[in-house]
Amino acid sequence: MRTIFYIIQKEFKQIIRDKFIGKAIIAMPIVQMLILVYAATFEIKNVDLLIVDRDSSPASVDLSGNFFASRFFHVSVTDPGDKHIKEILDKGKADVVLIIPEGFEKSFHRNNKPALQLIIDAVNGSAGQLMLGYCSSIIMDFNKEIVIKEFGIAEKTAPAIDISSRFWFNPYLNYKIFMAPGILVILVTAIGWFMTGMNLVKEKENGTIEQLNVTPIKKYQFILGKLIPFLIIGLIDLAFGLILARIFFKVPFEGSIFTLFVFATIYLVAVLGIGLFISTVSNTQQQVLFVSFFFLMVFVIMSGLFTSVENMPEWGRAINHLNPLSYFSRVIRMVLLKGSGLNDIRNDILIITGFALATNLLAVWRYKKTI
Amino acid sequence: MVKKFGGFTANHNLNFEVYKGEVFGFLGANGAGKTTAMRILCGLSVPTSGEINVAGYNVYTHAEKIKQNIGYMSQKFSLYEDLTVEENFRFFAGVYKVPPKEIKPRMEETLTNLELLNHRKKLIASLPLGWKQKLAFGVATFHNPGIVFLDEPTSGVDPVARRNFWEQIFKTAERGITVFVTTHYMDEAEYCHRVSIMDQGRIVALDTPQSLKDKYGVDTIFDLFIKIVRQ
Amino acid sequence: MKRFRAFIIKEFRHLFRDWRTAIVLFTIPLIQLMLFGYVITTEIKNARIAILDFSNDEITHQITNKLLASGYFILDAGLKSIDEVEPAFQKGKIKEVIVFEPDFGQKLIKTNKASIQILTDASDPNMASLLDTYTRSIIVSFQNELNKNQPQGKHIITEFRMFYNEGLRSAYMFVPGTMAMILMLISALMTSVSIAREKEMGTMEILLVSPLKPSQIILGKLIPYMALAFADMLVILLIGHVVFGVPVRGNLLLLIGTGTLFILLALSLGVLISTIARTQQVAMIISLIGLMLPTILLSGFIFPIENMPEILQWFSVIMPPRWFLSAIKDIMLKGAGISYVWDNLLIMAFMMLFFILLSIKKFKTRLE
Repeated sequence: MRTIFYIIQKEFKQIIRDKFIGKAIIAMPIVQMLILVYAATFEIKNVDLLIVDRDSSPASVDLSGNFFASRFFHVSVTDPGDKHIKEILDKGKADVVLIIPEGFEKSFHRNNKPALQLIIDAVNGSAGQLMLGYCSSIIMDFNKEIVIKEFGIAEKTAPAIDISSRFWFNPYLNYKIFMAPGILVILVTAIGWFMTGMNLVKEKENGTIEQLNVTPIKKYQFILGKLIPFLIIGLIDLAFGLILARIFFKVPFEGSIFTLFVFATIYLVAVLGIGLFISTVSNTQQQVLFVSFFFLMVFVIMSGLFTSVENMPEWGRAINHLNPLSYFSRVIRMVLLKGSGLNDIRNDILIITGFALATNLLAVWRYKKTI
Repeated sequence: MVKKFGGFTANHNLNFEVYKGEVFGFLGANGAGKTTAMRILCGLSVPTSGEINVAGYNVYTHAEKIKQNIGYMSQKFSLYEDLTVEENFRFFAGVYKVPPKEIKPRMEETLTNLELLNHRKKLIASLPLGWKQKLAFGVATFHNPGIVFLDEPTSGVDPVARRNFWEQIFKTAERGITVFVTTHYMDEAEYCHRVSIMDQGRIVALDTPQSLKDKYGVDTIFDLFIKIVRQ
Repeated sequence: MKRFRAFIIKEFRHLFRDWRTAIVLFTIPLIQLMLFGYVITTEIKNARIAILDFSNDEITHQITNKLLASGYFILDAGLKSIDEVEPAFQKGKIKEVIVFEPDFGQKLIKTNKASIQILTDASDPNMASLLDTYTRSIIVSFQNELNKNQPQGKHIITEFRMFYNEGLRSAYMFVPGTMAMILMLISALMTSVSIAREKEMGTMEILLVSPLKPSQIILGKLIPYMALAFADMLVILLIGHVVFGVPVRGNLLLLIGTGTLFILLALSLGVLISTIARTQQVAMIISLIGLMLPTILLSGFIFPIENMPEILQWFSVIMPPRWFLSAIKDIMLKGAGISYVWDNLLIMAFMMLFFILLSIKKFKTRLE
């Protein structure tokens, strides 16, 4: 037991002594949390809308007014002429162009079907779809208003189903409280994984590992001694990040923080085990870096941190059973946002414990004191 | 002791004994198989076959027991550059299970011996090579092992520091610690109680420096070495 | 010149000596494209929902059947009361609950009004709003069927055109994004770590005392990575075009030129990092957290820049990939010519110059 303590003590001294790493471990998560969470949003705002009003009637002005009133759009009204509309889109000066043709208002009175034209920059397909949705709903509302105003009746003769929605746990669909825990998962994972991985290989590169290999340190003591310091650092980073998430993004702490830390501890042991395992089979820090980067990238993309795991094809979800990040990204949100308790995440705990045992046993097994 | 790497045999049937408390010089040209043999003795490498005992323990069955009873100083300097002298001592003392109460007084004693007591708070990285080598030696013998293995401990060190280093080796031997040392400096070999000379994976000579010189009719170990290896 | 060639050959050998590195370098772009292309979708599939039907009549059954027939949802039976909703969400078993009020069918026929409540687990707001939208649109279309025989009101017809990306394909986003990320990875991260390695191992000193000029040493280090990045760029473009149907509407040469400029820019960043970093670990942390994450998150790769808070929009201005991404998207998707992207290219060139000058300055002060 004392041997492990000596290794841990030594690791901490080395980490703290390195001016850059010591600071980076604490400072990076703060900076990253504050920048990335604000950046990571799918909400659509500030859409540049160009309205080409060729009708200039009270109705068309009303319609434009509805767009002006919406917080999604930056509206400008001009008519550059058909030829230049494409150019405006090409240059990215407008995201959406709404063309109100001449005779728009008259067609209401003539009982013709009035038509509008929308041109949307859909390079980002899902944003394009959302912009279409916003525009359509404004146009539909306008339609109802004008029907009531012009004809004095609402369409209440037909059966109407009244649909109301309730968004549980996050009534205003606030993306930040969704993203902050996700970003935190990536940061804690990346720091722990890379630091442990590169740390062990550094001893190989410097030759100090040889000096350790002639000592009576047991393999498991060595692995534990390398693991525990980074586990502690990871947990401190997590605590730090949670405080920031609370202060800056008002992330609710519905569940017990204790539960979260229990899971995080086991999770970090599993992740650090991966880092250690990779480093036992590598000879240079560069190798560790590439192999780790590769797996981490796949894990992050698949973990459901940005997109829902549920929507993935069957095989994608099957692969995800082997992805530790997908468990943590689910659990952290369950606990923080939904207040899930130990009982709700029992299965996740069992599986991640299995991971932790497997990766660390692999690391101990692959770590050879002889060459 | 036999060690093969695939078709290449690094050590052909090495057969030798080292007596307790002696300074044993292990000589040979580059690539003769010295380091391979030493690594096997330290448990860093597994022998292909042979019966090998170190400090009274069998290398196959009691490798970990051996490790508690040996010290090792590798060819490549390998203390932690980013820790201070004191921190390196404390760490390795802890790993070798030196009782915590004894660490401080023994460290002060060792550093006084090495004439480095004033530098104990300095980072290893900031010290000259000769001092680093002395410190590595100090660390390797700190836990009072039965035998200490030194792999070219003085390579790259200036003559005065080398002299100084060998004084430390003899002091250590007086404490009853067996010293097993490889070197390229033939003047150093003269100091050893006994020397062996390896060539192409075999031990071709083993005796006290004086009797070897008499046997081959040369004046120095240097001439002896040249004569043997040229054959 | 001969010496220089020998040096470059040595660098190539370093790079490919280790099979792990070689495999990773060539498979990273492939795997990433495959993941974005086939795994990541924003379409709802097989979402588990529960239906609380307090009415249990013909119409609610019809609506239920219509919802389930859509293929978006899988029914997770067994919910009996509203009180069970929250625990079920907490377990993460279901994502949505649809509640029919009592006497739904009767109310709808007699009073023309009946209500449905959609409860979604919005701990994932994306998923929640998608589910909500999908469910609503199915109910609305059911209602429209009911109303088929009613006289039509005066409906505005909105014609819409999705410009540049009629099929709303996500590949139009992730192929350029992947390109930016991979080029950044190879050019900035790998070079900075590889130069830092020489410093850490002390081999840099040996090179510096050799007759090679410092500029040659750095250039020699860069050329293999440049070649690699260039090859990866072509591979990504090819796969993007052949497998994912991403068009190249503009000039191919202009596109490749822009890519090359970005590679050079990223390389100069890599050199700058390596002049600051003493060790591989430091180089890695700076590039990984200082470059890779912002490349993914602040360049408009996944999250559109317009939606970010003003401060971050300003911040993204200093992110090299931002200019690269908007330029290649314009060239590939909008068919833009040099007159549209010259400002992006100019900014990139200036950034590159700035990084190079800064590295030279750092390098000199260290030698003095």
